[in-house]
Amino acid sequence: MSSRPTVGLSVSGLTKGFDAVRVLDGVDLVVPGGLTAVLGASGCGKSTLLRLLAGFLEPDAGTIRLGDRVVAGAGRPVPPRRRRIGYVPQEGALFPHLDVSGNIAFGLRSARRGEAGRRRVEEMLDLVELPRAAAIRQPHELSGGQQQRVALARALAPAPDVVLLDEPFSSLDASLREETGRAVARALSVSGATAVLVTHDQAEALSLADQVAVMAQGRFLQVATPREIYLNPASPEVASFVGHAVLLPAAAAAGSATSVLGTVRVRGTRDGEVLLAVRPEQVAVTAKDEAGSLVADVVEVSFFGHDATVRARVAGADDLIELTARVPAADVPPPGSQVGVRVVGEVLAFRQEGR
Amino acid sequence: MTEQTAVRAETSRPSRATPRPPAVLVLLGLLVAATSLLPLGFVVVSSADLGPTEAWDLLTRPRFDDLFWNTTRLLVGGVVLSVLLGVGGACLVVRTDLPLAGLWHSVLCAPLAVPAFVNGYGWISTTHAVQSYWGAVLVVSLSYYPLVYLPTVAALSRLDSTVEDVAASLGTGVWASFLRVVLPAISPAVLGGALLVGLHLLGEYGALQLLNYPTLTTGILDQYRVSFNGPAATMLALVLVAFCLVLLGLEALARGPRRRSRVGSGVGRTATRHRLGRATPVWIGALVALAVLSLGVPMLSLVRWLMRGNSSSLPDADLGSAIATTLGLAVAGGVLATLAALPIAWLAVRYRGPLTSGIERAVYPANALPGIVVALALVTISIRVVPSLYQTLPVLVVGYVILFLPRATVGVRSTLELAPPVLEDVATSLGCSRSGAARRVTLPLVMPGLAASVALVSLAVGTELTATLLLAPTGTSTLATEFWSRASAVEYGAAAPFALALILLSVPATWLLGRAAVSPDRTRARGSV
Repeated sequence: MSSRPTVGLSVSGLTKGFDAVRVLDGVDLVVPGGLTAVLGASGCGKSTLLRLLAGFLEPDAGTIRLGDRVVAGAGRPVPPRRRRIGYVPQEGALFPHLDVSGNIAFGLRSARRGEAGRRRVEEMLDLVELPRAAAIRQPHELSGGQQQRVALARALAPAPDVVLLDEPFSSLDASLREETGRAVARALSVSGATAVLVTHDQAEALSLADQVAVMAQGRFLQVATPREIYLNPASPEVASFVGHAVLLPAAAAAGSATSVLGTVRVRGTRDGEVLLAVRPEQVAVTAKDEAGSLVADVVEVSFFGHDATVRARVAGADDLIELTARVPAADVPPPGSQVGVRVVGEVLAFRQEGR
Repeated sequence: MTEQTAVRAETSRPSRATPRPPAVLVLLGLLVAATSLLPLGFVVVSSADLGPTEAWDLLTRPRFDDLFWNTTRLLVGGVVLSVLLGVGGACLVVRTDLPLAGLWHSVLCAPLAVPAFVNGYGWISTTHAVQSYWGAVLVVSLSYYPLVYLPTVAALSRLDSTVEDVAASLGTGVWASFLRVVLPAISPAVLGGALLVGLHLLGEYGALQLLNYPTLTTGILDQYRVSFNGPAATMLALVLVAFCLVLLGLEALARGPRRRSRVGSGVGRTATRHRLGRATPVWIGALVALAVLSLGVPMLSLVRWLMRGNSSSLPDADLGSAIATTLGLAVAGGVLATLAALPIAWLAVRYRGPLTSGIERAVYPANALPGIVVALALVTISIRVVPSLYQTLPVLVVGYVILFLPRATVGVRSTLELAPPVLEDVATSLGCSRSGAARRVTLPLVMPGLAASVALVSLAVGTELTATLLLAPTGTSTLATEFWSRASAVEYGAAAPFALALILLSVPATWLLGRAAVSPDRTRARGSV
């Protein structure tokens, strides 16, 4: 299977509106292969993008290419059934009247049902790491995670060029989500299909994808590797969305910036008015009277076991600034107490626009 | 990153823009909606035709006062007694350690299988003592209390028992907790049932005519016999519709702004059953008495007349042709009502919007209209507009469709919801064409539900009497009309085989409803009664 040539996907100037609302606003995206995650809050247009790729919707403008075929944007759009795509919707949407093998074999040509079809079903069950005995189960007898794996097996069975996954893990509970996500990513990479995964869960996007496209208001804010997105966000919006950074105005000069939090080292050498993006792991909680720390009031503590996050307020220039700090589980300050906070390491700085 | 995944945004997706519904479908939907609004339109138009002086004249006749008073007190008595029997029975079966509760559930549902006019026949052919107000109240309540019992059982068995646990933890006693926690929670179901009983009582003709208890409905048929579709019958129909509207309003008022109790998702927490203890024999005695009155009396009398009828002449040929006609009409009505419900339900499920929900809502008022009003409307309209259709089978079948379309729509709608569009999307992504997806995915999913809808409407058509009496072409004999012509002529023995056939015809639907009320998932009990 993996010997198949990888078919890429490219989208340019894709625009789609419903009534007066423009949901996608001239989107460009190149997916060379592997797994690309489209990450965005709900309502940002990511599901619409996926439905356009699948062919369930027609774009108002722009083109979609699957490999070297233009499937939308030149003449009549190619209908979904001729696009060689696999589609895995949110709840799995297994056909309730068919058993697992009936579901997986649904998209196989009639000539390939029968013995060849049975073998393909078993191959697919192996691929998504389900026991072969599951072939005769009914969809309602499966757990949510198993249903998603069958949905993926069904999508992969006809050997599509591209697999589209629409928030496939959002209906699973936290413990299943990660395990199912990993299994799905493995199956996708073995199958060699190019995959586009739509999600609003940044942990999912960063941990599973080869490429992440951050989306807001119908546009991509940044398209890059997970590492790049996290370490070098293109804009303050990306930084605050991915990684929950707190944004603070500061004056930068020669590699450091001065703000209400004192002077910190910044990455890059931008001088002048900047916006600092301070991530929870960059905030250290210290003793209240430690030198170099600011005094902060602990507002709220969320204890997770392996660590905890602390929300604390620091007096700003003319208002209070709320910081989030990640602290080890061993020394969590009680809410209402006073602690010291200090920013450690290099902080991302963005040139402030319009000033 | 645990907190980021724990504090997730709601998973609801951006509203997928609903596509514009196809024009053909909208036209079909409008046609069906307009047809089912015909009777209501008839009432409005004919009330406008009637001059105020003429209307006043009709309304102040002493005969009218009698009918009005009779109808009102029958409504009050019948609804109160039905609610007492229905809620009492439901509480005993669901919430106490009554022995053989499953069996008692079947016994309490069973009266639904005896059409009210057959029940009336059973009583009147046994004793003439029921020819009184109290007799009428007793007989109709025994026929219709399951309409309260079924939704109450459904609500009680789906009620999350933790609310009672909470009440108990707050120091509330058993009776107080029933009154303050359980009753308010099931009151929408009880009220809905009471409304159904009221609407059925308003439309009841056969039983009350046999018991010689005149109401607005029997009055309409009397007038119709005398003067065909004269102003008096129309006026009575108008008042009858006004009664129905008042009932609907009262129910809405009593229900108030409270949310419909859709309590929990039925996690399967079975409520603690209250122990009857030494009172057990008393309650069993009460249930036995109820069973004797509601089932024993009509059944015994039926058996007696069957045996006696056997010795005289059994109308074999009549029975055979009546069964054939009834089956034909029932299947035609069931299939047509389901077909008519299809565009309405499809529009409502797939193309939600102001226009489509308007079309869907236009179907439901017919649920509250007595069969007699629908029949009268169709008679009048067919005479005035297309006289060639008057007294023909198509008009009769259209009448059935209007009467039972609400029932079909509820069933078809919930069936179509089993096949969400995402399944078709998946199928097309797997290489199916739109029609292939419909054939391989949608159709197999909805077929059982459509068949059930056809069956349910067919069974209702098979036992319908009032509209059939008015609309059936002369010479058309159905089980109900043949039964009626014999029973109303006091030929009780000759009527018995038809009564038996009618009961057998009602058993399957009753069984389905009884099962649905206690099944944990579906909440169909109210919609399909």
